Amino acid sequence: MTENSNQNANVVGGRLSSVEHLRAWDKNAVAEVVEYRGETTIVVPRELLRATAARCRDAASMQFNLLTDATCLDRHPYEPRFEVVYQLVCISRREKLRLKVRLSGKDPVLDSLVPVWPGANWLEREIFDLFGIHFNEHPDLRRIVLPDDWEGYPLRRDYPVEGFRDIPVMPLGFTKTSI
Amino acid sequence: MTTVETAVGQAKTMVLNMGPQHPSTHGVLRILLELDGETVVKAVPDCGYLHTGIEKSCEDKTYSQAITLTDRMDYLNPLGNNLVYCMAVEKLLNLEVPKRAQYIRVMMVELQRISSHLVWLGTHAIDLGAMTVFLYCFREREEILKIFEMFAGQRMMTSYIRIGGVALQPPAGWRQAIERFLKYMPSRVDEYETLLTENRIWMGRTKNIGYISAEDAIALSMTGPTIRAAGVAYDNRKLFPYSSYDEFEFDVPTRTDSDCFGRYMIRVAEMRESLKIVRQALDKITDDGAIKAEAPGIVPPAREKMKTEMEALIYHFKIFTEGFSPPAGEAFVTVESPRGELGCFIASDGSPKPLRVHFRAPSFINLQALPKLVEGQLISDVIACIGTIDIVLGEVDR
Repeated sequence: MTENSNQNANVVGGRLSSVEHLRAWDKNAVAEVVEYRGETTIVVPRELLRATAARCRDAASMQFNLLTDATCLDRHPYEPRFEVVYQLVCISRREKLRLKVRLSGKDPVLDSLVPVWPGANWLEREIFDLFGIHFNEHPDLRRIVLPDDWEGYPLRRDYPVEGFRDIPVMPLGFTKTSI
Repeated sequence: MTTVETAVGQAKTMVLNMGPQHPSTHGVLRILLELDGETVVKAVPDCGYLHTGIEKSCEDKTYSQAITLTDRMDYLNPLGNNLVYCMAVEKLLNLEVPKRAQYIRVMMVELQRISSHLVWLGTHAIDLGAMTVFLYCFREREEILKIFEMFAGQRMMTSYIRIGGVALQPPAGWRQAIERFLKYMPSRVDEYETLLTENRIWMGRTKNIGYISAEDAIALSMTGPTIRAAGVAYDNRKLFPYSSYDEFEFDVPTRTDSDCFGRYMIRVAEMRESLKIVRQALDKITDDGAIKAEAPGIVPPAREKMKTEMEALIYHFKIFTEGFSPPAGEAFVTVESPRGELGCFIASDGSPKPLRVHFRAPSFINLQALPKLVEGQLISDVIACIGTIDIVLGEVDR
């Protein structure tokens, strides 16, 4: 319930109230709240992600109607290694919110948000393509930037920047060093 | 590559492969079109032909090294890419940029917006058969690129915006060059309009083509001129002002027709608004002042200091050998690029190299709506629709 920092448009409109609202709706939905550099991140349990996202979009006091971005980050070798991140915007109240789900490396499966925001389609396909995270009930879960027969998931931290596989035919004198 | 399930064999449709080498796909986009006669039944975009793994490469570079990679994403908007990346790093570092540098950034980014819209207008018009406009647009774009060359020494891959400010002081004669540009540019925009706006062929090719409702546009996460043509005044410069945009006076043009013609009108209006912003920035930028933040260890010291002071020499050496380490945390910054909301998400683990750099590419996300725009339209309208969402394949695939 802060009344301070009116100069930041992100803050106006009661940032905390979104968190409070979610807590009041389902106390399990908010596993953790991170405030950093004026950005709010709500860590949501995996099972509740879709319901929480739908709540964020539909509840009159939240109205996060625009999903701007979804991405993933890999904290390998720490567990749970994957963090899937959804960036939401409420256009009318000029507010931003980030939802985050932590996933273990052994079971990187998550409910798709395509039923809530159709725009999540390609964003989740990209995460699947580059991180190998599987989205339940995604209508079209195929690779999007890499060829269909690509092996591995390049944006994982254990996938090196170069030297993962040797290129079979290389001119003499050019060899790739492995990391 | 990708295969698509179609109704071929059961119905009278055929599948046409458009691209990746088709000139109207503005690069290497491939679209699989299922056609019933000349009508598009289904469209499936297939991208990835230009994937260069920029996000992965960023993880292996120090924070300052990765700036050059961002230039190459959206190659019509390199300054905007530099800006969003640098702003994200500055947010992680909690670094304040001097006002003068902020105004220079605004001026450069708005000039970039005009040049990007000029390329869009020229190529979109040539796709639809209007050759002349292309030549006119590239004439003015050349002038903007000359200004960039004055400032950064580079026409396209400028890397001019750096962490903590901009790379160089504005060069001698910069004010006159921009004054000259501001003098003739408004009449040139009028000139494009006389060629197109009331041109019957242009109207026939763009009006009521590629309609999308505001609800669909928001649901599909569209941003930029495409969503503003649908009547949603979503512009990061107004909604979440950055880099002192709140000190500038400008309008966010919106329309309600939400077709190819509406999006054309929005972009033309945006060029005029950008000229207004450049004019105001020109008045705000003082003749001398700091262009970089005072942040030893993050912003490289001035050449002279580096040669004469021990600490400056040490900082210089450390910045270019091991880099600097922002505190562990995450930052997501968005700016308004010519194509829509350009975002940068950076996660730091407290080491000199980022844990993750992700770009929210407006071209990529807007392209997702292409099937919605073209299904039910004629095959020639596909060209108009690809042009009107203004994709840059370097940014789509990254």
